[in-house]
Amino acid sequence: MNGKYRFLLAALPLAVVIGLSGFFYDRLGKDPGELPSVLIGKPVPEFTLPGLEDGAPGLASADLRSGTVTIVNVFASWCAPCRIEHPMLTALAKVPKIRLVGIAYKDKIEATRAFLGELGNPYALIGADVTGRVAIDWGVYGVPETYLVSPGGEIVWKHVGPLDETVIRGELLPRAEKLLK
Amino acid sequence: MIAELGHFALILAFVVALAQGIVPMVGAARGHGPSMKLADTAAVLQFLLVAGAFAALVHAYVTSDFSLVNVATNSHSQKPMLYKVTGVWGNHEGSLLLWALMLTLFGAMVALFGRNLPDGFRARALAVQGLVGVGFLAFMIFTSNPFARLDPAPLEGNGLNPILQDPGLAFHPPFLYAGYVGISIAFSFAVAALIEGRVPPSWARWVRPWTLAAWSMLTIGISGGSYWAYYELGWGGFWFWDPVENASLMPWLAATALLHSAIVVEKRDTLKSWTILLAILAFSLSLLGTFLVRSGVLTSVHAFASDPTRGFFILVFLLAVTGGALTLYAIRAPALKPGGLFQTVSREGSLVLNNLLLAVATATVLCGTLYPLILDELTGAKVTVGPPYYNLTFMPIMVPLILALGIGPLLPWKRGSLTSTLAKVKLAAALAVLGGIAIVLATTDAPVLAVVGFVLAFYLGGAVLIEFAQRVQLMKLGPMGALRRLFGLPRGAIGMTLAHFGMAVSVIGIAAATGFAQDHLGVMKVDDTVEIAGYRLTFRGVEDVPGPNYTATRGRFEVEGVGTMLPETRKFRAPPMETTEAAIHSTIVGDLYVVVGEKTGAGYATRIYWKPFVMWIWAGGIMMAFGGFVSLSDRRLRVGAPVRRAVAQAQPAE
Repeated sequence: MNGKYRFLLAALPLAVVIGLSGFFYDRLGKDPGELPSVLIGKPVPEFTLPGLEDGAPGLASADLRSGTVTIVNVFASWCAPCRIEHPMLTALAKVPKIRLVGIAYKDKIEATRAFLGELGNPYALIGADVTGRVAIDWGVYGVPETYLVSPGGEIVWKHVGPLDETVIRGELLPRAEKLLK
Repeated sequence: MIAELGHFALILAFVVALAQGIVPMVGAARGHGPSMKLADTAAVLQFLLVAGAFAALVHAYVTSDFSLVNVATNSHSQKPMLYKVTGVWGNHEGSLLLWALMLTLFGAMVALFGRNLPDGFRARALAVQGLVGVGFLAFMIFTSNPFARLDPAPLEGNGLNPILQDPGLAFHPPFLYAGYVGISIAFSFAVAALIEGRVPPSWARWVRPWTLAAWSMLTIGISGGSYWAYYELGWGGFWFWDPVENASLMPWLAATALLHSAIVVEKRDTLKSWTILLAILAFSLSLLGTFLVRSGVLTSVHAFASDPTRGFFILVFLLAVTGGALTLYAIRAPALKPGGLFQTVSREGSLVLNNLLLAVATATVLCGTLYPLILDELTGAKVTVGPPYYNLTFMPIMVPLILALGIGPLLPWKRGSLTSTLAKVKLAAALAVLGGIAIVLATTDAPVLAVVGFVLAFYLGGAVLIEFAQRVQLMKLGPMGALRRLFGLPRGAIGMTLAHFGMAVSVIGIAAATGFAQDHLGVMKVDDTVEIAGYRLTFRGVEDVPGPNYTATRGRFEVEGVGTMLPETRKFRAPPMETTEAAIHSTIVGDLYVVVGEKTGAGYATRIYWKPFVMWIWAGGIMMAFGGFVSLSDRRLRVGAPVRRAVAQAQPAE
């Protein structure tokens, strides 16, 4: 082996490491839990869900076509990340011109009520999806999951897993603002 | 107050590390003695400071000082004392502090026990160690301060993840970190050698004990983690090819290769450039593991709260450490001239083969870990790489590795004959094949991979025993004579035998537990009976039992000839979460593993497994680590053993 090849060979590991670092840099801040959804860009599925009290308004697909930007949060009282996410939702509910609604996924109605009683209810409307049938139509992958819906009722964006500040500031709010314009 | 002292100690340690990284390096370049000597003092001081910071954090946990963010988020006043202490490293900041503690401990040990190293070399190695410390301490101080205060302090903490409230957590991470960080010594020695531009055979003798110590700890850490997953996660699995498990396996494979290639450097003064590269890569892979777990780049059950800022910092650190070392390598390695020659068929040749196979195995695991990320980047497709990938790629590499492992130690140095060596193991090979046939005949639907595993393990165990018998000259001297010879053997040889035999033991466990496990999954009503692997289990219902910070639903199973087995599902209050505590009846031929779950209809969901020989997996791991420690006690390798000089040297005039 002559000198030039020896040098190239010795420099090969360095090249690999630099390449990998560049790749990792690009991955930083991207959410590995972000899953592509076939529903993005499509109208919300047709559904009607009952509310948490007898006679209380539930949630239906018509509510999502009412001309406001809506965030649909799928949650459950039994899901630990939902508890972690809850303060973020409380903050999100205060953002003007955006409506936050919830779908209680595979949860007993009393359990959902107790959960919201304990932590506070940030949702403008809640539908109880006790059997999880509606969630199937939405393509729910796991709770918590959050959807951004346009004023016309079209799913714009989806996030799997708890919302955190980075996701809200970096992805959710910029998209919502674009819809408001 | 104590927390502020801890924080201050950490900042002082950072300053000391900076001095340790720069002054001795300059001193060594200029041949200035006192500057080089500073390395020793700084390394010990840095350790004492970090130990002080660590003690301060432990104090905050033990006294449940919720005015610290770290304690408030991860601890709870009702938590048992053991888990208050282990909770210190059950989170991102605390585990980093443990990392730093181990790192500085190893540095201090080199300073204290590395007197046999030439002054210039020790100064340079400790300087590199200091620079690594600078990176870690800066990371902690600037992005992950464990001593950050919370105002107002909450009355109660959030609690530690219940899965982590287990004795397994008490011992598994410290060993793992000691292993990861111990490899940093090999790294520092490699960089110091590159700076000096030469790798003498004695370099291998210096680096081996540290690598061996780190490797043994890593072996215990990985075995412990695997055992913890087995009994705590309630599935009876012991290895999931999870990215973070892989992150610990890769440095282990690289360190294993390093241990073996260092032998060739020492004996034959060749393979230097490769060995240096391995030392750099082994530590880089440890850092890569840290990066993957803490940056949020991939999803894993082990992942800490992810944070891109931290990820960026570690990435820069990783690039500085690995990139810096490899740049030096690219400049200096081409000049490292190989020394002694050996034939392909020889002990050295078999060690090279071992290295090739281990390197390929490491690359395979690396590809499996990163492939989903790369595919997502290029195409947006989401995939998980699981056992099928590793069964197809990693396992086939293990087959030639084990075959070579049986023969290697029987080959003579420099030049050997394949036919005469193969003749020595033919008995082991024949018995192994017969054993395989017996298994196929005795069982129905034996999985191919499991049978192959058994045959390989029998062969390897046999070959190791044959080599050992030959070494103690059992045939020539008889049992008593052989015993006498045994005590005269170098500890290194005994350690090797133990480690290699441990490998055979582990392979039997893996083959049996994956290939011949039985299970019974289903709803059981009170007084239902299940038969599995010759055991009769009768379900006697459940009762609620209060624990210190949880309530348990405890199932009662009566097992004939064993007694009562009491699996639990524990509901923790803070944070609200459920864990399963399997009831395990372990025997040398297998484990009976019982899990009780939710009430379903008129009965309870139960999972009952029979895991044959599963304990052998970890017994083998412990045997390997023990072999490492035995080898470490060898006079020739002992840390700090005085260098025997053939010629008495004249006292140099000062």
